[in-house]
Amino acid sequence: MSMTTTQPPAPGSEAGSRTELSTGALPRRFPLLLLAGSALVVAGVLAAFSSFGPVAWALLTAVAYTVIIVTASVRVEGGRKAKDRLVTAIVYGCFLLAMAPLVSLLYTVADKGLDRFSPYFLTVSMNGVLPSMDAGGVYHAIVGTLAITGMATLMAVPIGVLTAVYLVEYAQGRLKKVITFFVDVMTGIPSIVAGLFVVALWMMLFGPGKTNGAAGAISLAVLMIPVVVRSSEEMLRLVPQDLREASYALGVPKWRTIVKVVLPTSAAGLTTGIMLAIARVIGETAPLVLTAGSSAVSINWNLFDGQMMNLPVFIFSQFRMGGAVNYERAWAAALTLVLVVMLLFFLARVIGRLFAPKTR
Amino acid sequence: MAKRIDVSGLHVYYGDFLAVEDVSMTIEPRSVTAFIGSSGCGKSTFLRTLNRMHEVTPGARAEGKVLLDDLDIYGAEVDPVLVRSEIGMVFQKANPFPTMSIYDNVIAGARLNNKRMPKSEADDLVEESLRGANLWEEVKDRLDKPGSGLSGGQQQRLCIARATAVKPSVLLMDEPCSALDPISTLAIEDLIHKLKEDYTIVIVTHNMQQAARVSDRTAFFNLSAPGKPGKLIEMGETNQIFTRPEKKETENYITGRFG
Ligand SMILES: Nc1ncnc2c1ncn2[C@@H]1O[C@H](COP(=O)(O)OP(=O)(O)OP(=O)(O)O)[C@@H](O)[C@H]1O
Ligand SMILES: [Mg+2]
Repeated sequence: MSMTTTQPPAPGSEAGSRTELSTGALPRRFPLLLLAGSALVVAGVLAAFSSFGPVAWALLTAVAYTVIIVTASVRVEGGRKAKDRLVTAIVYGCFLLAMAPLVSLLYTVADKGLDRFSPYFLTVSMNGVLPSMDAGGVYHAIVGTLAITGMATLMAVPIGVLTAVYLVEYAQGRLKKVITFFVDVMTGIPSIVAGLFVVALWMMLFGPGKTNGAAGAISLAVLMIPVVVRSSEEMLRLVPQDLREASYALGVPKWRTIVKVVLPTSAAGLTTGIMLAIARVIGETAPLVLTAGSSAVSINWNLFDGQMMNLPVFIFSQFRMGGAVNYERAWAAALTLVLVVMLLFFLARVIGRLFAPKTR
Repeated sequence: MAKRIDVSGLHVYYGDFLAVEDVSMTIEPRSVTAFIGSSGCGKSTFLRTLNRMHEVTPGARAEGKVLLDDLDIYGAEVDPVLVRSEIGMVFQKANPFPTMSIYDNVIAGARLNNKRMPKSEADDLVEESLRGANLWEEVKDRLDKPGSGLSGGQQQRLCIARATAVKPSVLLMDEPCSALDPISTLAIEDLIHKLKEDYTIVIVTHNMQQAARVSDRTAFFNLSAPGKPGKLIEMGETNQIFTRPEKKETENYITGRFG
């Protein structure tokens, strides 16, 4: 009975002004207010049971918010919008879930690293410092990381980019398949195997005990090349065939077209790919322990003479020593490494922006 | 400057697929020749064989003879790169180089080939080519801005300026107006009229009125049957093709009757 009386909407009421194409809508602020509200209520309830914990709080808030907003949406807005609300909540939830470890990691590194992180720490080496002394720094490891990664990049980038150019612009048929296959295989090489390979190579060429920074750089280059090839290939394929044909139509030879049209057009993407490859190897530890060594304490810029410390190996060896001051050094070095990588990415963005095709 | 093109017995293949069969025609210098015909009958394919652009497509090859004045462009000694600097091309979709300014786009032909030229000469070439493409007045104050920031019609005229800046003797255009509004189309048709004083022009178009408006001679291509190769059905004075076509097929196509 009540159903039939409420069915025809009373004239002038909100429902009465609806047409067949419109549905009700939750107020625009509603989701935000609801989120804040559920967070507060959940916090209160948890506190009342004196079991407040950040994880429980976040999870319960998310569940409460999702349930309420979907229910409200079904009643006011109808099924399709409710689904939209549900999926929106899930997507945001997943995003936050994915961010959580990252933020927590950065926080932990910063928190623990800052104990020892200082200009002093960045500018002195461990030369003449006993592992347990309250002194010493990471300068020699920064030097090693920059030198080894730099040399690895200098070797891997030309080889990688030129291989990609060959694969995209020239290769046909069987040879192309073979190269692609080997690049794929190389991608899967465990880093320690790359290190062993270079150690064996050095044994053969120079005799035992002669490994140095260059050996480390080569093992990193072996790891970088497939990453550079893969990403550069994708980027070169993104350059429209139109542009190549436009260049050919002006009587420009193929090699000039590649150098002056294809590479500049994809420069921003290539830089990003190269940065990702650098990021992939700058934290490598295993191959460097085998090649560049884990016992150097002094500053060594020479890749071809003697052992060379670097940040990941420094972290590893300090951590293994196990004293309180060693832990501090390890965390501070970890912070340094994270900062170096961030700096590199920032530089890459700037460089990428300089090269990027301009539209205005 | 403008040169004649003589095609005889040309077959074009994509791998094993015969796309265009046995085309022979003469393209007169200082005139506009239009190619018309249904979609997929091989107009673009044939056009691209005229400056060996088809060789860019893996598996594509042509058999037959194409003479530019008296030179066989398929001759063993002939460098396709030089052929293309003599026979320029404008594409259906405007494709200015995104990394270059308007100025650099116009002299891209010289710049990409590392030709040194004094600044004043380059300036003159840019102005001359842009004026030739009826674009100078619109862009003269922003020559250093990216070419991809122009409107579609402006971009297409920029591409025409770029193609004429290398001073080819023949200009091939594959549906240059198909993405443009009527005003830009008119601007380009005017431009074609002007260009034909100096160049041999070949234009592919789906627009009958356009073919009738701009061309001196028209060639009609068609498929003998679906899946069969495309063929040149007939070629003649545009006027004659549109008023008194010799073949029934041509008449059907032009009047919009098929099958
Ligand atoms: N790259 C290619 N590889 C293989 N076949 C192709 C290729 N390009 C075109 N073809 C085939 O060649 C035939 C002619 O194509 P073409 O592009 O020359 O036609 P068209 O007359 O220009 O058509 P439209 O008017 O639609 O542009 C078609 O059957 C097409 O499928
Ligand atoms: Mg076509």
